[in-house]
Amino acid sequence: MSVLVFTENWDGKFKKLSFEIVSYASKVAEMLGTTATALSIGNVADDELTKLGNYGAKKIINLKNDALNILDSQAYTAAIAEIAKNEDAKVIVVANNNMGKSIAPRLSVRLKAAIGSGVSKLPVSTEPFVVYKRAYSGNAFANVALKSEVKILTLMQNSFDIVETANEATIEAGSVSIDGGMVKTQVKDVQKQTGKLLLTDAEIVVSGGRGMKSADNWAPLEELANVLGAATACSRPVSDEGWRPHEEHTGQTGKIVAPNLYFAIGISGATQHLAGVSASKYIVAINTDKDAPIFEAAQYGIVGDAAKVLPKLVEAVKEAKAK
Amino acid sequence: MKVLVCISNVPDTTTKVKFTDNNTKFDSNGVQWVINPWDELALTRALELKDNSASGIQSVTVAHVGPATAEPTIRKALAIGADSAIRVNIEPTDAYQVAAQIAEVVKSEGFDVVLCGIESSDFNGSTVGSMIAEFLDYPSVSAVSGLNFENGQSVITREIDGGKETVSVPAPFVAVVQKGIAKEPRIAAMRGIMQARTKPIKVVEPAAVDALTEVVSFEPPQPRAKCVFIDAENPAELIAKLQNEAKVI
Repeated sequence: MSVLVFTENWDGKFKKLSFEIVSYASKVAEMLGTTATALSIGNVADDELTKLGNYGAKKIINLKNDALNILDSQAYTAAIAEIAKNEDAKVIVVANNNMGKSIAPRLSVRLKAAIGSGVSKLPVSTEPFVVYKRAYSGNAFANVALKSEVKILTLMQNSFDIVETANEATIEAGSVSIDGGMVKTQVKDVQKQTGKLLLTDAEIVVSGGRGMKSADNWAPLEELANVLGAATACSRPVSDEGWRPHEEHTGQTGKIVAPNLYFAIGISGATQHLAGVSASKYIVAINTDKDAPIFEAAQYGIVGDAAKVLPKLVEAVKEAKAK
Repeated sequence: MKVLVCISNVPDTTTKVKFTDNNTKFDSNGVQWVINPWDELALTRALELKDNSASGIQSVTVAHVGPATAEPTIRKALAIGADSAIRVNIEPTDAYQVAAQIAEVVKSEGFDVVLCGIESSDFNGSTVGSMIAEFLDYPSVSAVSGLNFENGQSVITREIDGGKETVSVPAPFVAVVQKGIAKEPRIAAMRGIMQARTKPIKVVEPAAVDALTEVVSFEPPQPRAKCVFIDAENPAELIAKLQNEAKVI
């Protein structure tokens, strides 16, 4: 018996998310009285793989197979399912990101394994196996019993604290019986976002709404993001108007984020917006309307015009950082 | 080519969420039901493609798993422009059970393209679309923000963590779509509403499939502390609080 965790890599490197899910899987394994095995797919050097051991993985399977060079959901599902069977995995942990969402549901059907999707905490109990997950777009949470022998958990990004432990993991080469013939996805073009902090990875997010008044007013908001090392985001009307690209839209129909700190600037705080950001640990709201609903979700608020407040905030951050 | 769009019937996004029966059931009293927002975008894109004869899309059908009480939502999809609808007559219990029912519909009716929204706004699972594909052994593409057809081949934009990819998969396939797939949801016009009254809703009986999960209870979100207001003239105080109190910068 084991807990298997699939760790995605980005050009051969892991990131905070990878260490988060390995930490999570190790804790789940502890609850079940077993150990966590990490599965890495693709070209990752041994010294990078070793890092997964620092977060509690006892064994690391290094799987290289040309059929897995691009994300084909069928090939990935077949490969992970085969490894899960070889490892007698009772729980499979996958990130609740774009890649995880394209694989985990297929694995669920293939292994007839119940899925707890978008979990943000350790299981409530293991007998019966009950997980706590977001429901009604953040307006509620559900305790869900997973009734199959094998379970799949997909972990929300930025929801579980990384736990470093003194631990040495063994690295094994993995192999699976899949070949290129089963890959039906053809990748025609890749456009990578370079040099910019990803919204879903960011620990601080600075987001602007209609109160920013025009696409031309974003410079001070971007400067605030810059001095804080934050990613920029926006509300739905802003992306609908084309003031900002739709990749920046946070909210129910856009990206769901859970940073440590979320600045809502000129955002009134409609339920649909809060649905995407309410998992943030702290929310700061800046709005001219003191009755705006965003202040009910925020821990800190400033009643004022973004155009006037933002430059002062930038100065205040610079001063604080200089100390 | 025939397109199937899967639609979920969800509470309007502004609904005040409450529960009954010891917090085990959603309180539907006075709730307005709507097409799940992402499914509405999927339907809009399917209809845009059908409008363009070069896409090769000839018909758009919607499928729903749920009891007859969902028919107003299905009629709305027909009013927006879907040609026909199929309803699987069973209370939806979990993603696995719903996906299994839709897969049966696809097997018996035959569709070239199956579109699903990335998640439903009630259970937030993000699972049904890709599950359907696995039941059918079809290729699936997730996080899809663009869908076109050129010379009969699919041209799909998918979001990856850190960028976008343009990919193609052969039909039949499942695309799980999200923000960007269509600009704004299409709205039903009076003519569409009139036509929807006579469009067919085929009711099929469910296949025997057991759910793999069960909701034990619902809980309200943790209440947040009251907002602390800071003078607009003194943002340094805010920064000091974020550094020393919240310890987040």
